Order: sequence, then C-alpha cells, then structure tokens
Amino acid sequence: MSATTNGSAENSIGKTPPSGGQGGYSPPFGGRGGLLEQAIKERILVLDGAMGTMIQGHTLTEEDFRGEYFKDAKKPLKGNNDLLSITRPDIIKDIHRQYYEAGADIAETNTFSGTTIAQADYGLEAAVYDINYQSAKIAREVADEFTSKEPNKPRFVAGSIGPTNRTASLSPDVNDPGFRGVTFDELRIAYREQAQALIDGGVDILLVETVFDTLNAKAALFAIDELFEELGYRLPIMVSGTITDASGRTLSGQTAEAFLISVSHIPLLSVGFNCALGASQLRPHLQVLAKNSRFAVSAHPNAGLPNEFGEYDETPKMMATQIEEFLKENLVNVIGGCCGTTPPHIKAIADVAAKYKPRQISDFRHQISEAL
Amino acid sequence: MSDISNIPPLQLSGLEPLTIFPGSNFINVGERTNVTGSRMFLRLIKEDKFDEALAVARDQVEGGAQVLDVNMDEGMIDGKEAMVKFLNLLAAEPDISRIPIMIDSSKWEIIEAGLQCVQGKSVVNSISLKEGEAQFIDHARKIKRYGAATVVMAFDEDGQADSYERRIEICKRSYDVLVDKVGFPPQDIIFDPNIFPVATGMEEHNNNALDFFRATKWIKENLPGAKVSGGVSNVSFSFRGNDPVREAMHSAFLYHAIQHGMDMGIVNPTMLEVYDEIPKELLVKVEDVLLNRNENATEALLEFAQTFVGTTKERVEDLAWRDAPVEERLSHALVKGLTDYIEVDVEEARLKAEKPLHVIEGPLMAGMNIVGDLFGAGKMFLPQVVKSARVMKKAVAYLLPYMSPPDPPKGGDSESERPGYMTADPVYYEKIKEYVKKHRSNPTAAEDALWQSLRDKQLGGHKFRRQHIIGKYIADFVCLQEKLVIEIDGLIHQLPDVHDNDIARERWLKEQGFEVIRFTNEEVLGDIDEVRYKIQRKIKATDSSPSGRSGGAGKVLLATVKGDVHDIGKNIVGVVLACNNYEVIDLGVMVPAEKILREAKAQNVDVIGLSGLITPSLDEMVHLAKEMEHDGFDIPLLIGGATTSRVHTAVKIEEKYKRGQAVHVLDASRAVTVVESLLGSRKEAFVANIKEEYANMREMHARKRADKEVVTLAEARANKFQIEWKAEDLAKPNKLGITEFKDFPLSELIEYIDWTPFFQTWELAGRYPKILEDEVVGEAATKVFADAQTMLKKIVSEKWLTASGVVGIWPANANGDDLELYTDESRKAVLSTVHSLRQQSKKASNVANLALSDFVAPKETGLQDYMGGFAVTAGLGIETKLEEFAKDHDDYSSIMLKALADRLAEAFAEKLHSIVRKETWGYEPNETLSNEELIREKYRGIRPAPGYPACPDHTEKPELFRLLSANSITGMSLTESLAMMPAASVSGFYFAHPQSKYFGLGKIEKDQVEDYAVRKGMEVREIEKWLSSNLNYD
Repeated sequence: MSATTNGSAENSIGKTPPSGGQGGYSPPFGGRGGLLEQAIKERILVLDGAMGTMIQGHTLTEEDFRGEYFKDAKKPLKGNNDLLSITRPDIIKDIHRQYYEAGADIAETNTFSGTTIAQADYGLEAAVYDINYQSAKIAREVADEFTSKEPNKPRFVAGSIGPTNRTASLSPDVNDPGFRGVTFDELRIAYREQAQALIDGGVDILLVETVFDTLNAKAALFAIDELFEELGYRLPIMVSGTITDASGRTLSGQTAEAFLISVSHIPLLSVGFNCALGASQLRPHLQVLAKNSRFAVSAHPNAGLPNEFGEYDETPKMMATQIEEFLKENLVNVIGGCCGTTPPHIKAIADVAAKYKPRQISDFRHQISEAL
Repeated sequence: MSDISNIPPLQLSGLEPLTIFPGSNFINVGERTNVTGSRMFLRLIKEDKFDEALAVARDQVEGGAQVLDVNMDEGMIDGKEAMVKFLNLLAAEPDISRIPIMIDSSKWEIIEAGLQCVQGKSVVNSISLKEGEAQFIDHARKIKRYGAATVVMAFDEDGQADSYERRIEICKRSYDVLVDKVGFPPQDIIFDPNIFPVATGMEEHNNNALDFFRATKWIKENLPGAKVSGGVSNVSFSFRGNDPVREAMHSAFLYHAIQHGMDMGIVNPTMLEVYDEIPKELLVKVEDVLLNRNENATEALLEFAQTFVGTTKERVEDLAWRDAPVEERLSHALVKGLTDYIEVDVEEARLKAEKPLHVIEGPLMAGMNIVGDLFGAGKMFLPQVVKSARVMKKAVAYLLPYMSPPDPPKGGDSESERPGYMTADPVYYEKIKEYVKKHRSNPTAAEDALWQSLRDKQLGGHKFRRQHIIGKYIADFVCLQEKLVIEIDGLIHQLPDVHDNDIARERWLKEQGFEVIRFTNEEVLGDIDEVRYKIQRKIKATDSSPSGRSGGAGKVLLATVKGDVHDIGKNIVGVVLACNNYEVIDLGVMVPAEKILREAKAQNVDVIGLSGLITPSLDEMVHLAKEMEHDGFDIPLLIGGATTSRVHTAVKIEEKYKRGQAVHVLDASRAVTVVESLLGSRKEAFVANIKEEYANMREMHARKRADKEVVTLAEARANKFQIEWKAEDLAKPNKLGITEFKDFPLSELIEYIDWTPFFQTWELAGRYPKILEDEVVGEAATKVFADAQTMLKKIVSEKWLTASGVVGIWPANANGDDLELYTDESRKAVLSTVHSLRQQSKKASNVANLALSDFVAPKETGLQDYMGGFAVTAGLGIETKLEEFAKDHDDYSSIMLKALADRLAEAFAEKLHSIVRKETWGYEPNETLSNEELIREKYRGIRPAPGYPACPDHTEKPELFRLLSANSITGMSLTESLAMMPAASVSGFYFAHPQSKYFGLGKIEKDQVEDYAVRKGMEVREIEKWLSSNLNYD
C-alpha cells in the first residue's frame, strides 16, 4: 500500500496546522473518523435508502416547501426537497429515524442539491449555507439519539454532495462540443461552500455521490482537500459514481477502472457506485472496483430500473436477493439503496449484509501486480 | 526490496485506464499535437482549424500512442486559451480521449488551466527546481490535488543538468523534496533527465547519450517507484535532413535507453527504424556514437551515412499446373497452399462470373470443400490446411473491393482477419462496428420484439442476424443464407458521414443479390405474426441456392484468457474452423472475461472457445464459466490449451456452467467435429455422451483422491531426500551475481533445438528425426520441416528475432524447505528467499518426498553452497513480422514463426545452461554432450521452471525476475497471471548438485499450503488459487 494514502486512523480532534515538513501534509481525522475506519474493517456498513422516494410519500404543498424561511422567494419552490430540512424538519428527521431503525449505520443528509449551482434554478444561492447546516444538524441529532440508545452500534451521518446539474467535461450544446456550462473553479467554489456548511453542521463523512462526470467530482475533491488543509483535520470521504448505460461507462465516458484511477489521488474511505442501474447490472462494475481499489468499496443501487411510469418495482426481497450475490463474492464494504428504496428495502439489505464478511481491503492480486 | 514492492504501479486514465508496471513495455507518448514540435500542428492552431488539429490527435492514437502530449507554447498564440479549447474538444472525441493526456507547457498558468479540463488522471510536463524549491513545492502540491502525475526535468537553480553527476544530483533532490515534503506518490514521479544531441562535432557532447543512459539506470535503482521519460528526437538533432540516419539513431537510442530502464518517451513512430532492421554496419557506427565507443565515431557516421543501400530477394518454381482451366487452378492453389497466382486467377474467375460473390460460392468453396474432405480423411495435415486457409483469405480479400461500392474514403486501414469479412466492407467495418455494437445493446422496442421472434432459428430454421454490416451499410436484420434484409420503419442507421439515401442503398443491396423487406414499428408491435408470415413468404419467393457460405455454419468466438499470452493453438483452431465454413471472431490474447461476454452477446455468437497455457488461466476459465451461468448464456463453451484437461473441465468447469455445455477440446483437429456436433442435429446425443463421460470422470477423480495415500507435511519432511553433503560436490562458481547475454547470436542456438515439440505444435505425432520417414505423416512433416528451415535461415540472416537472456548465481543454503540466497560470501545478509514445495504422496520405502530445497546444502552443515536463476527470451521483435504476416493474410507463416520462436527460446535455455555448467558456474568445464543427450537431460544439475511440475507456483517468478533484473536486461515482463512476455520465453532456477533431479510435485495437502502461505507472507486462499491444480482437497 502506498505510503501516501490512508493516513493513520488516529482519533485526534486537535487542530494541527499543516506542518509542511516530513511526509507532506495529511491532517488527522476529526470527529468519529477513527471509529468509522474501525467499523468498516469489521463489518459491512449499511447506508440508508432514498430520500426523494420517502418525501414523495408525503403530500406536500408549495407552502410546506416555503415555510416561514422562504416565504418571500420569487420562484416556485415545490420539489426543491433540500429546503424541507429547514421548513419541515419533522419529516426529514422522521425519515432518518426510519432508516436508522431499519438497520442503517449511515444516513445521508438531505442536501443532494445543496450547491449554489443547483440552487440557482430557484434563485436560492444565498440559502445554501443554511440548507446544509440545518440538514447536517438534524441528521446529527437523530444519529446521536440512536447512538445513545445503542452505544455498541454508533450511527453516522454522511453529508451528501450531489453532482450539481452541470457537467464540467461535456458540452450542453451538441453543435459546440468545446463549450462548457460550468468551469472547474465555479464547481470548486460551490462545493467548498457546501462542504464547509456540512462540516459545521456536524457530519461524520463527506459523500461525493452520483458522480456522472468525473471532472465535477475532482473539483469537489479539490475543494474538500483544500478545506481540510485549512481546518487542520479531515473527515473520511466517500466517492460514489454512477454508471448510466449498459456499455458500462459513466455519462462522461469513463470505464469503472478509469473512474477509480481518476479519483484515487485523495485518500478515500470508500469508492463505489450508486443510482442508474439496479443491483444486478451493477455487479460486473463492482467486481472491477473490488479487484483494483485500495479503498473500501460501496454500492447503493436503485430498486431496479424505473418502469414506464418512472416508478421502481423491485421489492425488498428481490433487491436483497440480488445484493446477496455480491455479498457472497465479497465485493463490498458499504451497501445501501438509492432511488426507489425504502426502509423495508434497507431492512432486508441490512439483514442479509449481517450474514457476510466485508471485502478485505488489501487484495493479494494487487500486491502481486505491485511487486512486478 | 520491500521499498519497491510496496509502491503501487503508475496508473493513468483517459476514458480507459493505463497501468504501468515496472515490467510493462515502453509507453509511447504521441508528440504531434505539440506546436513546438510540429509546424503543421502549429499552423492548424494559428489558423483556428481545430477540426484538423483533432484529426492529428486521432492519427496519433490510431498510430499506437498510449499517452497524448499536448503543447501550445508559442509566442504567436494565446497558449492558455488554445490549451483549454483543444482539451475541451478532445473530451468530446471518445476515440481520442480514451488515452491519458500529457499537459505540456513551460508556463504554470497553462498547465493549471489544462488540469482543470481533464477528467482522467493526466501527466504534467513539466515542473523543476529551476525557479527554486518553494515554487516547485507549491506546484507539486497543486498537481497532487488535481490528481495528476508529473514529469520532473533535471533542472535546478543553476541550470539544466548536462552531466551524469548533475543529473543524478538534481533528480535525487527533486525526488526527496516531492516524497518527503509534498507527500507526492513516488510512482507518479517521471523524470526527464534531458536527452541532448550527440555527434555535434563538439567533444563535450560525446557523452550526452551515455550520460542519459547511466542516469536512467541510477534513477531506476536509487529512486524507488520513479519513472524515466524523455524526448528522443533531440538526440539526432545534428543529422536533420538525413532521415535514415535519424531513424536508426532514434531506434538504437531507444533500444539502449529501455535496457537502462527508460519507461516512456516522446517518440515519433514514423521516424523510427526497427532496431533489428538497421543495416548492421550503420548500427555499429550509430552505436559507436551513442555509446562514445571511439573518438572518430562522429566522422565515421557522417561519412557512412551517405553510402548504404537496401537489398532485394528472389525465387524459382514449377509451373505446369498453370495450363489447367481457372476453376482447377483455384482448387489446385487451395489444396497446395499456393498464393503466388491467386490474385491473377481470382481476377480471371471474377470476370467470368456474374457476380464477385459467385467466385467465393463457386470455385473457392469447392476447393475448400476438397481441403475439408482431405483433412477429415486424414489425408491432409494441419500445416497444409493452414496454408490453404491463407490462400482462401487472400482470394476473399482480393474480391472484397468488388463487392462494395468503389472509392472508399482514404485513411481506412483494411487489415486482415476482420470478423464478418464476408459481407462487411473492411474499410467501413471498423468505423461501423462500434456503432453496431452500441445499437445492438440498445434496440428499439420494435427491433427487440422482432428479434425475439427471429433469433435462434425460430423462423423456419433460418438463421437471422441483427445489426449486421453489409458493405458500408447496416441491416437491421439479415438472413445471409436467404440473402434477405429486413428493415424496420425505414430507419437507416448510417454513420453521419455516409450520406447515401435509401434508394442508393437499396439499389446497392439488390446489386449484391439481397432482397429488402420493410416494416413499420406499428406493424411489428401490432401484429408480429403477420410480419413473420410476410418474411416467410418472401423467403420462399427468393429461395436461393442451398450452397453454404463462409460463416454460414455458425459464429465462434475465440480468446486467450486474461493474463495469458499464448495463442498458437488457438490460432490453429481459428484457421481450421474458418476452413470449415465457421465465422471466427478472434479476440486475441489477454482478453478479460467481461470483454469476452460482451462481445459474445453483441455478436450473438454460437460458441465460445477459451485458450490458455499457464495454470492461472484455469482459474480464469472457471471464472468465465461462472459468469456465463450468471449472465444466462446457454451456448457451448470450449476449453483448450496446454494446461487444460478433460479432468479439469469435468471437475472444475462443467458444473459451474449448467445452462450450457462445457467441452474440453484436445487439439485443433477435433475442434471441427466438436463444434459440428454441438451446433448440429446430433447435439442432444453428443451432449448426453459428454455429460455421462464427465460425470464418470468426476467420480473417478474423487475416488482416486480418496484412494491416494498421503502423508502429513511433517512426515514428508522427515522423509526428505538425503544427500551426504561433501564440500567437494559443491562447486564454487567462477562468477557470482548477474551475467548478461544480450542479443545472443541466433545461429548458435539452432543446433540446440529440440524438434519433437515443433511437430506436436502442428499436430503431427512422432519423434524427430524418425517422424520425417513416418508412413502416415512423413510427407507432411518433411514439408513443414523444410519450411521451418527456410524461415529459420531468414530469422537468423534478417534478424527477425532477438534473443536475450540473463543468468544469476548466488551463495545459497537451504533453510528447511526455503532456500536463502545471500548478498555475498559472508552469507550474513539474505538477498532473497526462494520457496519450495514438498511432495506429499505416500512413497514406497527408500523413496524420498522431494523438494527442490533438498538439493542445496542446509544452513546447519556450514557448507558453502550456491544456486542460480535464469530468464531467456527469443521473441523480441516478433510483432513486426507477425503484423506483416497478418496484413498478408498469412496465418501459416504467423504460426510457423511463433512455433520457431518457442523452439529458439527453449534452445537458448539449453545453450545457456551448458554455458553455465562449463563456464559461469563451471562445475563441468569439460562436458561434451550431443544435443540428443542434452534433450534426454544427461547433464549434471537441473533447471526447473516456476509454473512447471517441480515448482508449480508461478508467484515465485516476480522475485526471480527482480533478482535477475530480467525486465531491464532482457526486455521480458510478466502479465497479471504471471505469464512471461514475449510468449517465447523461459525462466527457471539452477541447481548443480550431482544428485539433483527433475520431479513432479503432485498433490499437496492443506497443512503444507498453510505453512507455505506463512513462509511466503501470502494469504492461504491466494496460495490455493495459484496452486489450484496441485491441491488434494477442495
């Protein structure tokens, strides 16, 4: 294993300034990072399921989204789920609670669209800090509530960092392939603001997810790494890409292995895939990660592919059966659900995950390749 | 050692990964997209012709560049803007951006702008200590954060390094700063130790190349993980205008630089002669200059450069058969394997025939049927059949242009062996193929519905294909036998640059004899039975002749599995199947399982055939069988290759793949029978037979294992081979350490060739030389042997191949079942440990349980013993000729050359062993054994090879290679399954004790595996994976 990755898992929270001396700069973990690194070696950790699907289960009106906080906003806000952390925290907290009850170790904050870039569509750039801070805070409260009940199973909060709605390496205009709708620096600044607020709100992990353009993810990682250097401590980072078509590539065209290589410069807790395909189609791509990654491997697939009504049909049992296949092959360390999954799905997944050992993080094949 | 082995390989990425192992081949960086190096590219950028600039990049990728260097440093253009624009445009071209980018600039702002445009892991070119340490650190930190590797120039505050000492001083300092202060991954550091011109006429430049070589070697030995790169064309700067000399210089420079450890570089492939093809005299003079071998070298080269010329060849033959009618001449050429007149004859036949296709269906197929019959009757032998196939391929290649529209666009590279060659225009084939594959996996609802009702010969037994390429068009569905094309909704799936309209397309298809029938989406989705009826009626109406066409019998996909490089047998199977009317899709060597399955689906093949030679490949085959089962395949799976066996297939593979049938195929001559049985009407009976046979084998296997008496590891050790250790039996080597045998004269190897295995390759049974007089195969054997001699002469005289080897001998003692090698005679520091395995079957009394460690004096005897290792290859440079043969549709020569390279490698191992016995180790200085005696292993001492019976564990190889510096000295490398590359290679250990002898390990028990795992520091399950064939348990 490289000397430059996987810094020690010391559980120190002290703010050590960057030394600039021996071994370069790699600040220690803050918060529960050490605890998490320990847990991920011992068992398969379970991530929660869909947020959007659960919110859809409530019949919410424009007023629910606006609440007091956003009552003067100029554009319609219905459907901007991230706002509910501020305006209907009762609903969001209840969703977190249901997932923890189902057996999730990690809940994701309700911040998938919590960047200035994604919120620009609603004219709510200015609310980004509060959205992330509040989302993190309420998830933290629920996690702590469960941890104090079950101290032997600590619950963690992952700050969800979505892909935004722009791509840094693809042109939105077919007639002008050199054009870009967003620059690396714009993404970097937006991601940095989101990450800062999530950390202030108390998350344990930063989860850069649903990566369809690796360059966006690299901007997020760049921002996070800069932020950690300034803070003097770091949190574990999870990266999760999404494979969008049957050819086995990301939207921006990379293979699973190329994606892995492209995000491996920053020490990660895990790398994995989520969304787009259902569990069974994800399997060959997870095999690639499992074989080549020196980080933990995660997966949170959809409940199958959407049917013609855009709904997800896979029952908890169907999904758990498929997921059991990759548990049998020791492909993953973290497992959960994405679109269409619900607490019963997570319960079924958690039950089956408990039966299997996690993937071993260093693999001999890899060592042999290294020895060559 | 631990330093190196803990450093991961350098990994880069574009859309696809590029991993550079220490054993990888030289990485070629494309250089034409560089405004400082290419006037043309500069002009395109200046004139804002970015489309044409992209074409330059595409040429580089198609020409084999593995990394693309992009440089926009020119005073007249805005470098930053041009870099960003070009990289953004590249990102939209998946065929270019699949490879990683090298962002090349002397300006940091351009580099940083470039880094913000690439999603993959790229390389920065370059940073240095030129502006001081603070800036160097700052830039390196940012590069790390952007996730790129970097080139570091040997440049510091005092200027550019121009001597060996300055080069290593600056590189060392840069490395320490990067690794210790920045935390930069050492494997991501690529040094450019400055390539400067030689032969400039100035004496102080005479060592420029040599200093680079030495600095490269020093870097590779002293800065763990670091790579070395450079711009090669600089070296020949003083010969501008004299391309032949420059090309020779580049090639010779690269040859030596790679030997010294250079990993990658900027090389213009069109300005590169093949090292082995540099005229001898020129090479000597060039190397005199590069290596500064004598003081008049420059003058001598300048003088000589004007004078050398090429050479020509000649031939003679008997022409009586030329008087027969053209049909007979074609048959004759096919049966005799004669290619000289094939084009003339095919042209004559074409003019006589109504359509070009009729030539194939008529006289050519008739000739091939004769060949097939003769082969089936045992009257023709494999080498002859392969030659016949060569003739057929050439004939078809000649006819192809007449079977598609004229004047295809330029730039297409119509190589041989395109799958689907019978209907596809080879020029368009590659372009369309990707599109087709994509489309096949994303059919429209109507297409899918129709396919579900046509596939697997559901419609009246007619075989339909979907998204099939015909000429430059893609048919939605086609029944080749009936020449019927089905189109849905009039959609025409053409590439954007093919602008023909429906009418032209339909007219062309009709000219080729195809009928076209069209349906709308609504028709298909609304009433599929009506659609089926119409199709069937159309088929009845056309009712074409029943004569078969090539590819008509079925599609067979062949591949050598991941990690394995051996393909002679597979190629032979491919040829034989193709001769029997099968369409063969050969995916080549080292093919990952995902790719095999993907292609099998996309091409809708009827059979998959896997090949492998080394034991880890068995595991890969099992994996593939499981994946086939998992993915719902039901087509037959053929297993073949040297390590495969009926037992292994029965015990380990068949049961993993229950939906379909796995069948072991012993050799190429049975491939046709097996495939025919599996696809034909006799399938059921055949499969039932196989199933019963395999079930029996499993039962026998289980019983055999139960019957087999084994002993515990402790008992086996107690019954080790007892040698009475005497100092006089332990010869002190004349030379310890490494001895290099680079570019060994091939002519000296020929007498050491063991010919018997050569005939086995061609499936001719018998021992050499008696086989030449054999009643049955004598004639064929004599012919193939004569062809071999002819080629062998050319291999030697024209230097088609280069043989290089290395030998190492070290002080050694046994420590239990391990062998400790020491750094020197003091035997204090352990250099390395070789691990041996011990037989565990129960032996008769007085018969020992052997391990290789028994042949070296144990530590506790206090005696000074030794052991050695070696690695040889005779396959260097083979690709050039193989490509030539492939272009020429000449499988026969291709297989012949590979077979001979294998023989030469074995002969080299034999020769080297003899040199070691007589000189290097020198324990048998007066040995005089004939080749026959050598083949019968009459010499003293043994040379067992990892992966073979005495030490079946392939994982001993990486360390052996490292000890020998085998990669840098011989150019050999290892794949992930630890197969050696080039394929024609041998490596092993030397034991010299008079009582040492060859043996087979046989089956071992779990206790030894666990013990061995601890000794090797590996996990038990990994050991079990590598030794799966030797386990006496599941």
